[in-house]
Amino acid sequence: MTYDESTLTQLTADAEQIVSRYPVPRSALLPMLHLVQSVDGFVSPDGIAFCADQLGLTSAEVSAVATFYTQYKRRPNGEYQVGVCTNTLCAVMGGDEIWKRVSERVGVGHDETTADGKISLERLECNAACDFAPVMMINWEFFDNMTPESALSVVNDILDGKPVKPSRGPDAVPTFKEVSRVLAGFEDGRADEGVGAGEPTLAGLKVAKDQGWTAEGGAK
Amino acid sequence: MTELVPVLSANWDQEQSWKHASYVKGGGYGALKKALGIDKADLVQMVKDSGLRGRGGAGFPTGMKWGFLPPDDGKPRYLVVNADESEPGTCKDIPLMMANPHVLVEGVAITSYAIGCNHAFIYVRGEVVHVYRRLLQAVREAYEAGDLGKNIHGSGFDLDVTVHAGAGAYICGEETALLDSLEGRRGQPRLKPPFPAVAGLYARPTVVNNVESVASVPAIVERGVEWFAGMGTERSKGHGLFSLSGHVEKPGQYEASLGITLRELLEMAGGMRGGKSLKFWTPGGSSTPIFTEEHLDTPLDYESVGAAGSMLGTRALQIFDETTCVVRAVTRWTEFYKHESCGKCTPCREGTFWLTQILKRLEAGNGTEADIQQLLDTCDSIAGRSFCALGDGATSSIISSVKLFREEYERHVTEGKCPFDHAASALFDYTAASSTSEPTTEEAHA
Repeated sequence: MTYDESTLTQLTADAEQIVSRYPVPRSALLPMLHLVQSVDGFVSPDGIAFCADQLGLTSAEVSAVATFYTQYKRRPNGEYQVGVCTNTLCAVMGGDEIWKRVSERVGVGHDETTADGKISLERLECNAACDFAPVMMINWEFFDNMTPESALSVVNDILDGKPVKPSRGPDAVPTFKEVSRVLAGFEDGRADEGVGAGEPTLAGLKVAKDQGWTAEGGAK
Repeated sequence: MTELVPVLSANWDQEQSWKHASYVKGGGYGALKKALGIDKADLVQMVKDSGLRGRGGAGFPTGMKWGFLPPDDGKPRYLVVNADESEPGTCKDIPLMMANPHVLVEGVAITSYAIGCNHAFIYVRGEVVHVYRRLLQAVREAYEAGDLGKNIHGSGFDLDVTVHAGAGAYICGEETALLDSLEGRRGQPRLKPPFPAVAGLYARPTVVNNVESVASVPAIVERGVEWFAGMGTERSKGHGLFSLSGHVEKPGQYEASLGITLRELLEMAGGMRGGKSLKFWTPGGSSTPIFTEEHLDTPLDYESVGAAGSMLGTRALQIFDETTCVVRAVTRWTEFYKHESCGKCTPCREGTFWLTQILKRLEAGNGTEADIQQLLDTCDSIAGRSFCALGDGATSSIISSVKLFREEYERHVTEGKCPFDHAASALFDYTAASSTSEPTTEEAHA
């Protein structure tokens, strides 16, 4: 491992905290891989060695797990992971066209990163926001009801170094490394930012209120 | 007219609905206090009597699942909440946890108490960071308020809750793959039996329940079995979130008693986009055989949907109008299954690969009549021949679409191209000319 002393000290302290959440240490492996990404921007050979060392596993065992999951990156990832959903529903509603335009603008394809390390592009699988289709995710924050124009506007802002704000999420999208630290289970104080629900989330509740329907006496 | 019944969704429009204070103001955690005064066995019986069935897709009776745990031997037993919502079309648990994570946390506390669990886990997919933030905060707030931790509300009951983020793998929604993943391994399904109730997490007795199932428990405790069982149908009781997406005027979450029909839901959702006609839809996500307008009046409960040849699944109603090419839709779903197959079982791993090859050929207009039969034969080689249901799910939309729209597959062969204008299906205007070089996911997902 080539981590400097202060990085290694911090990593070790964080890893101990993660391990303490579980009855069996090995359960800490997935969050620890997110932790490694929060430092290195990908699952580095150093990170694999670190996880193996902490959990008493071989590096082969850690690699076998890391390569199974899409969110663990094997090469240095962009500062912003930009994903356009191209699963059936979003694709049909316009996701294919959005993907095409975004990919042309950024100049890279699926699972590729721009030369300046700003953006990694991904054709996303379903991200559980189908009622907001077409959907784009940036560092796993929701950008709902996209059009080619709105998607390109967000991407241009990223390329220009401006902060971007998701439809449902924090006031500004954190970097890939910052988000990876959250995924390792460390709060970043942004939970109260953003809305509780988007318009489609409230669609049924609105109809019920307009009609005066409640669940008090059970359904009719 | 079936009415909507907001239960889980009732507070979603409240100020900071995700906060502990907001949840408590609406009566939250009252059910937990009530439950802690009830005998554990009576709580299990209560959920059995309510008729609550698993809301994650399979529809197994929740109380019965709890009852399968062997007698307490003094060693750990676990509750694991499946919050890995990833089935295409399914989008109910994620907005629920974003708007109201505390109803889940309260459900976790009550369920854990009922089954004798002192350490519960919420496994949430890693691709929804803001939902994960809200869950982490909700659990912390609950500890601070004494709703979790040691000696909860003076009952002597201790409970720790760990919120665990996955890392992008659809297969981890399968309960035994989820357990392997939570143990820090590749998420691959286990052979059953033994079932998780006997040997689950760390080979200990474990209940794995879906988010919506667990979140439904507090209201059952608070309002009673009769209230819950008074909703729904004879064998599909209670309320559930119906998620409308696609070519409808107002897509979104509609919480109703089970047995509501798509015709009723569509009326509430403002009808089809631009008054176009309905072509096909999924009743419960991409793994459930597709329906057409013939099924508009099929009651959306487990039995009626099953009798009509599909599955209620997750009530993920993906709705497609007349502009949509069914071959394109099915091809894209199949690519998903190919990408997400964990690779453990040969029929699924190899079968989804070959299905994708054949479908892409057909969609591009390069297929033959024989390819259609080959598709069905390949589906035959997959369905029922793997550890878990992923392979079965991959065949559902193919078999049902060939049955319902065979002539559309044939048109791709005879015309040598896709007969549809893809731009007409989109929500925004663009010229079809710019869509001719649609990228393939083949190399993308290789």
